Amino acid sequence: MRHWPRVVLAAALASFLVLASAADAAEPPPGASSCSGCHGAVPNGTPIPVLRGRPALEIAGLMREFRSGAKPATVMGAIAKGFDDREIDAISQWVVGQSQ
Amino acid sequence: MRKHLSARRRTLLKLTAAAALAPAVVRAQGAAKVVVVGGGFGGAVCARTLKTMAPALGVTLVEPNKTYTACPFSNEVIAGLRDIKQQEFSYEAIARSGVAVAPLIAVAVDANTKTVTLGDGTKLFYDRLVVAPGIDLDWKALPGYDEAAAEKMPHAWKAGAQTALLRRQLEAMEDGGVVVISVPAAPYRCPPAPYERASQIAWYLKAKKPRSKVLLLDSKDSFSQQRLFQAAWTKLYPDMIEWMPLSQGGNVTSVDPSTRTFNTDFDKHKADVANVVPPQKAAAVAQAAGVADRTGWCPVSSVAFESTLQPEIHVLGDAALMGAMPKAAFSANAQGKVCAAAIVDLLAGRTPAEPRLVSACFNLAAPDYGFSIVGVYRPEKGQLLEVPGAGGTSPIDGDSALRAQEARYAEAGFRVLTAETFG
Repeated sequence: MRHWPRVVLAAALASFLVLASAADAAEPPPGASSCSGCHGAVPNGTPIPVLRGRPALEIAGLMREFRSGAKPATVMGAIAKGFDDREIDAISQWVVGQSQ
Repeated sequence: MRKHLSARRRTLLKLTAAAALAPAVVRAQGAAKVVVVGGGFGGAVCARTLKTMAPALGVTLVEPNKTYTACPFSNEVIAGLRDIKQQEFSYEAIARSGVAVAPLIAVAVDANTKTVTLGDGTKLFYDRLVVAPGIDLDWKALPGYDEAAAEKMPHAWKAGAQTALLRRQLEAMEDGGVVVISVPAAPYRCPPAPYERASQIAWYLKAKKPRSKVLLLDSKDSFSQQRLFQAAWTKLYPDMIEWMPLSQGGNVTSVDPSTRTFNTDFDKHKADVANVVPPQKAAAVAQAAGVADRTGWCPVSSVAFESTLQPEIHVLGDAALMGAMPKAAFSANAQGKVCAAAIVDLLAGRTPAEPRLVSACFNLAAPDYGFSIVGVYRPEKGQLLEVPGAGGTSPIDGDSALRAQEARYAEAGFRVLTAETFG
């Protein structure tokens, strides 16, 4: 049997642990990973609202208002209509906890 | 790690490592390798997301260009509103995030040995391969149009030197000249872009060369956001832009670069500035990997975008046949993130969840006149199809304040999208 240096073993074991925890934590619910294509914090600011750190309930409430048309929008109404209440809640919870 | 281990513990660790060499175990334990070929909006964000979601993965991004020149907003460069430097993005931040960036072309893919061969002969092993190479222009599809012809009649459909060439030609054109843009049949990269380009060129001509015209020769009878574009043209550029659809003889059958002439079924149109948007296909590495079919594009599954022709190879972005999703930067970026999550699942032995994707596309008819279209997509009968009742354009009857707001959204959207992908 080939002799494996300890550093390789350490890397392999560490890899396993990191993957197991990180992958489970970061999995976005369906649709959620698309949001950050427009909504993100950038230098010099952006007129498109940043979602990070806001209350999930606020985002979910806005999505329902966009979907019903109660709150006018350029395109958010057309996007919100693609999701049901359960999906909106899951997306809202995920996006407010993201780093961007 | 502790420096001193008992002999028994060392042996156990050796056995663990040996077991890890069996492919199935390697995948499950996170020593897996993912190679991403192509550092555009899809491939770059896919590589980054893989590394963020699963830091232990070995992720290599194969991309020969040191800087990426983005196509969105390159029409503004053509209009003189923007410097090409604002379109350029480096791979330095991606490299800092732990992705290995290989600055070489991928010349071959062997799906049996699961290796990618790079331009210098290096072979990279992969557990999963992502092919996101974008488009190649099909130099055989339009008689008269080849790489030499593109120096006379630029395509400017890959941002960079061609964009600058088209800009220079517009600057050199006399007032009263005719700019002709030919549009191929679908599918091609960024469906509304020829019409945004016509708008942007008209904006420049109206200011600097107001007796000039723009003629669009189209191989189709309708186009994306047509009502919004045509309303903008009537309001901003009356009688300046003419659109000649297929049914009125707009289909270009050949070109003559020596005279800048477009030949249609019934007529000839001589241009002072000629912009040919040529037919396209998935870039060459997709052919080399055996993931492109006879259409020239790459059929994929609608959940993890795995090739239906080669297992364990995923295809993203403009090169792939993504059902109803348009070939565009935002789409590719959304696909890249979904594909990364699916690959993490697959490598961990989990079944990826059915995805939902959003595409968003902004157009500028003038610096303060924007509008947009969105779509929401999910797998349906093996294809990504639009969720019924969702999607559509921004308000068609919007006032000038709304159009100005959308122009600001477009500019911000570009900064956010490029920051997420490259920044």
